[in-house]
Amino acid sequence: MSMADLQGQADQAPRMTLYQRITRRFGKTAVILVPMSWLAIFFLVPFAVVFGISLAIKKFGRPPYTELLSFTDESSVQLTLHLSNYLQLITDTLYVNAYLSSVSIAATATIIALLIGYPMAYFIARSSDRWRNILLMLVILPFWTSFLLRVYALSSFMRGTGVINNFLGMFGIEPLVMMQTNFAVYVGIVYTYLPFMVLPIYTNLVKLDGALLEASADLGARPWRTFISVTLPLSLPGILAGSMLVFIPAIGEFVIPSLLGGPDTLMIGRILWDEFFTNTNWPRASAVAIVMLVVIVLPLTLMQRARDAVVDGDNR
Amino acid sequence: MRRGFFVPTVAALGFAFLYLPIISLVIFSFNSNRLVTVWAGFSTQSYVNMVQDPQLLPAAWLSIQIAAVSASLATVLGTLCAVALVRFRRFWGRTLLSGMATAPLVMPDVIIGLSLLLLFVTMESMFGWPAGRGMLTIIIAHTTFCMAYVTVVVQSRLSDFDLSLEEAAMDLGATPLRVFFDITLPIIAPALVSGWLLSFTLSLDDLVIASFVAGPGSSTLPMVIFSKIRLGVSPEVNALAAIMIGIVALGVLVAAIMQMRRRPA
Repeated sequence: MSMADLQGQADQAPRMTLYQRITRRFGKTAVILVPMSWLAIFFLVPFAVVFGISLAIKKFGRPPYTELLSFTDESSVQLTLHLSNYLQLITDTLYVNAYLSSVSIAATATIIALLIGYPMAYFIARSSDRWRNILLMLVILPFWTSFLLRVYALSSFMRGTGVINNFLGMFGIEPLVMMQTNFAVYVGIVYTYLPFMVLPIYTNLVKLDGALLEASADLGARPWRTFISVTLPLSLPGILAGSMLVFIPAIGEFVIPSLLGGPDTLMIGRILWDEFFTNTNWPRASAVAIVMLVVIVLPLTLMQRARDAVVDGDNR
Repeated sequence: MRRGFFVPTVAALGFAFLYLPIISLVIFSFNSNRLVTVWAGFSTQSYVNMVQDPQLLPAAWLSIQIAAVSASLATVLGTLCAVALVRFRRFWGRTLLSGMATAPLVMPDVIIGLSLLLLFVTMESMFGWPAGRGMLTIIIAHTTFCMAYVTVVVQSRLSDFDLSLEEAAMDLGATPLRVFFDITLPIIAPALVSGWLLSFTLSLDDLVIASFVAGPGSSTLPMVIFSKIRLGVSPEVNALAAIMIGIVALGVLVAAIMQMRRRPA
């Protein structure tokens, strides 16, 4: 860039008119404010409403819960907070067990998804450019087809008279009972959330500096050794991001346990659904939701950290 | 580099696991037996039944309308959100906005559905709006969670494009709005298209949130499908699934061909 250019630029900058400066300032505020207010109203405030209603109790009528504030006479307002929903959640073993079993089902499924997803991501990242795009598309493609229909496809695959059992039957093998078990729920979660595991790990692995692997090999490390001490530690942010993308939504999953699980598959998403739709106990459902939020706050912050780490790495 | 045996095997099994159930679903949609999983010969009877079903097609039309409107709104809002997060490094509430923009990605559907329903009920009793529940409330709910996906897609596109292009246009005296429409928008357009399509798909697919915020008489396609498959297999649903999978596969094929044309080998 020549001196004359620099001079020209220096002259240009202060020439921005007052009008331009105002629109720039106003424009910036509008760009921030519009999505911010939408999310505040329709994502943040609802949690406050849920919390409020979780302190009410069920009653018959419209809406089917008691008001927190009541006007007793002309001059006084009474605030009534019921803690009975939360007490019930703590004392009734059904709820406690449902939370524990949701977390354990989600964790097991996440580990299985990681064990299948990591080799897939590794394989894609190490393929030639041509194959890489095709394989990547094959991972993303199921994500574009309906989640509900994929769960349905899986159920007709695994049911007593399903494809797997028909196939086994040709060899004279007794039909396996797969549907309506926790096993089916694991398979369902892994099946529908696998792309969420593969993609972040792939993104992480593909950015890995090949020179590091070569250096490790040159220094005499065996492939497994290189993997354990170089590749795996460097791909931890991808593993963390992928695991949280599977684990968190799986905790509150409703469709998979209700279509694939049995009557004894306890999951908290299903309990919330039943409290709301079957028992029309809105305050109880709200309390279940608030406790579920508390359960996912920790993994949620972990995910945000992993995401920030990946984003910062990009900018450097 | 010598490749082991283990990784390709697991990868192949993984891909088989992803695709076998979908492929068998499509094959069995042409089954003449009502028991969808036992093959008894080729027939297109389930397609005829699907078209004649009194619930499926009206629900599909409602869902398509909802998905189109929600996807468009989500694309606008999500793009604004992404621009704010990428272009303005420091502003009041940036962490809050960033958190609110990513949380819906993983937030369990039951929580989003319940919380929005309770918001709508409370708002109706306080301001009289939204009056009742139906298409409008479903659109608001879908826009809210789809917007997060658009934000992520546009954000990644925005963060790897050359800032000097925008700066050059500014130096030449273009107003910020002009810069956005003449420089930024054409560059991020592919991200907007995939964000819109992704939102459309997600909205078309949502069962849980819609079940909470829908009113009487506004049953979306997933709600109808769910009520049919809850009790067992349904040949009509197989036929519908095959058509939807066909459309997606066709779309992906067209996109792949277009991408190859743009980048001649």
